[in-house]
Amino acid sequence: MSWTKEFLKGLVKENPVLVMLLGTCPTLAVTTMAQNGLGMGLATTFVLVGSSVVISLLKKVIPGQVRLPAYIVIIAGFVTLVSFLLQVYVPDLYGALGVFLSLITVNCIILGRAEAFASKNTVAASVADGLGMGFGFTLALVAIGSIREILGSGSWFGLDLTFGVLEPIRLFATPAGGFMVFGLMVALVNKLSGYQISKKKMGCDGCPSQSACGGSCEGEGCAEQ
Amino acid sequence: MKELLAILFSAILVDNFVLSKFMGICPFIGVSKKTESAMGMSVAVTFVMVLSTALTYPIYKFILVPNGLEYLNTMAFILIIALFVQLVEILIRRFLPPLYKALGIYLPLITTNCAVLGVTLLNIEYKQFGQALVNALGAGLGFTLALLLFSGVRERIDAADVPKMFKGVPSALVAAGIVAASFVGFGGLVENLFG
Repeated sequence: MSWTKEFLKGLVKENPVLVMLLGTCPTLAVTTMAQNGLGMGLATTFVLVGSSVVISLLKKVIPGQVRLPAYIVIIAGFVTLVSFLLQVYVPDLYGALGVFLSLITVNCIILGRAEAFASKNTVAASVADGLGMGFGFTLALVAIGSIREILGSGSWFGLDLTFGVLEPIRLFATPAGGFMVFGLMVALVNKLSGYQISKKKMGCDGCPSQSACGGSCEGEGCAEQ
Repeated sequence: MKELLAILFSAILVDNFVLSKFMGICPFIGVSKKTESAMGMSVAVTFVMVLSTALTYPIYKFILVPNGLEYLNTMAFILIIALFVQLVEILIRRFLPPLYKALGIYLPLITTNCAVLGVTLLNIEYKQFGQALVNALGAGLGFTLALLLFSGVRERIDAADVPKMFKGVPSALVAAGIVAASFVGFGGLVENLFG
């Protein structure tokens, strides 16, 4: 039953984007359209699950001192694989995601889960954790993408909702709108979760570099939030 | 020259890495609370951006492209950046202790900063090495400008009485939205000046 628990925690309670505040760059960049958010979410889930399996299998082989570079190379391998697949089967999405597809490599969620979970748990538990975190990420991206697409472009998954009379609010499709919608959603989650996020440090909880910086950034910005 | 200036200013103002390309949001929100740490972080990022481009661009053009290995760019670049950041850390710790004291703590965080990998990946589109370097410099300076401006905004927010649900990161994100909106005003500026 614990696998279900590992899976479910990523969806809501420890949602990587809205609760743990990780992976903000792709969250803001690709969510001008709901379908790009969905594509990005699923591509990230694929990389997350794949690299979790490999890292979990190799956890006894990889020496502790070089584990971060080793994890990054494994993740970059899966990113290359997923860009090949998208380029062939979904070229439109490949074009829309652009450089952010390659940047999945440095998505804090993946390295963070590798460091915090896959390197310490069994393969099956890592798959459950990866799927949960991946779907949680996808869910958040589709939610933010839907709000921005409906308000900013007057459509949802490409379906026109303006009926030719309503004028979409362009601001929501711009970067400024992205920041604001994300800020409002985090505020909402903050209220619903009993003000947990006010105490959270941006990206520091579950930050993959935490072990690298060894808390040296403590009190110097990183942990300052 | 005119072309290089156009690349530089559009990277700083119009296509600002943080506010319009959404790269490096974590340090943007995480390190902007104090002007001092914002400055340290941005200098470190600018430094690593320019020097990583100086390494990755020739490697892409002279090793990956002739061998038909363009698809390995992500993997090669992230490895180069990781090794390079480690090397810089060791070198400045050994030879430039004051610089290490100022930048050292930010260096390990930079490997996984998507702005650095992002700028090296975007730079391979440029035909000339000089253009790529200028774009990296512009991206770094744009990051610096955004971070410094925003750290000023953050200091004001801290003094303000925001609703409980907006305390911390949410209010910072909404404020970042307003700063991003103000940068839209620079649109078309570069074309008018250098076009």
